[in-house]
Amino acid sequence: MKVRVFVSLKNGVLDPQGRAIHHAIEGLGFSGVADVRAGRMIELEVDDTVTDAALDQMAQKLLANMVIENYSIERVAA
Amino acid sequence: MTFRSAVITFPGSNCDRDMAVAVEQVCGGDVHRVWHGDANLPEGLDFIALPGGFSYGDYLRSGAMAARSPVMQAVIAAANRGVAVLGVCNGFQVLTEAGLLPGALMRNAGIRFVCREVALQVENNTSIFTNRYFKDQRITVPVAHHDGNFFADEATLDRLEGEGQIAFRYAEEVNGSVRNIAGVLNAKGNVLGMMPHPERHIEKAQGGIDGRALFESVVRSLVSA
Repeated sequence: MKVRVFVSLKNGVLDPQGRAIHHAIEGLGFSGVADVRAGRMIELEVDDTVTDAALDQMAQKLLANMVIENYSIERVAA
Repeated sequence: MTFRSAVITFPGSNCDRDMAVAVEQVCGGDVHRVWHGDANLPEGLDFIALPGGFSYGDYLRSGAMAARSPVMQAVIAAANRGVAVLGVCNGFQVLTEAGLLPGALMRNAGIRFVCREVALQVENNTSIFTNRYFKDQRITVPVAHHDGNFFADEATLDRLEGEGQIAFRYAEEVNGSVRNIAGVLNAKGNVLGMMPHPERHIEKAQGGIDGRALFESVVRSLVSA
């Protein structure tokens, strides 16, 4: 089974990369984009024995830095 | 008694030799070079230094992989026993990722890599790492980093200020760090992380000697203790 872990900066944490991307989007002539936040998506291929609790632990211990980031987990049906 | 220290090398460390030379020249004693895959540290260490560089290619987050390496479990145990631990630049990032220091180091607010000498102010001159400086002393030390933007929540910052855990502040804008924090101590005062590189300013040929007092502080504190 495929699992996607989305990691993003917490609200209130400044995101210089998102800001730079926003500038670049505007530089290309696109308008109407109010804000950009950059994050990362990590895809795991896991077997059925891997529990939600284990995935939470992986995210909290390694995939996200809980000081500055939030995460969400999505199981993708095969 | 002989001063016993260790400098850890991770794959991608690039300031480990500079650090070892600085420790050897200023502190003297036995400097052990330790590889990241070693599960054990040499016996009876007084001081452990985590050098700058790009450990594990900065994969995932700067310092994230190194913080989970075998040797770091031994470093965490040593720090909890009270051994002095210094992390510079990537070493600072590793210490925050390992949970030995509060906060996190994010991408510089200006996006660009910053590589130059910066002015620092000594905030705490009573720690084992800083007691050879004067309070509020202005010093000049080089920085070279992309992810040096220190962040912690307001409650944590107030606690750090109140407990004297802010060792150094930038005396100029460098990377967007909250409250201009350049170096922080843990609550017990035996772990220091800082983005600037004191090991790069220990003799005149390097352009300055303001980093020297940090290593003098360590050896004076630990050998006379």
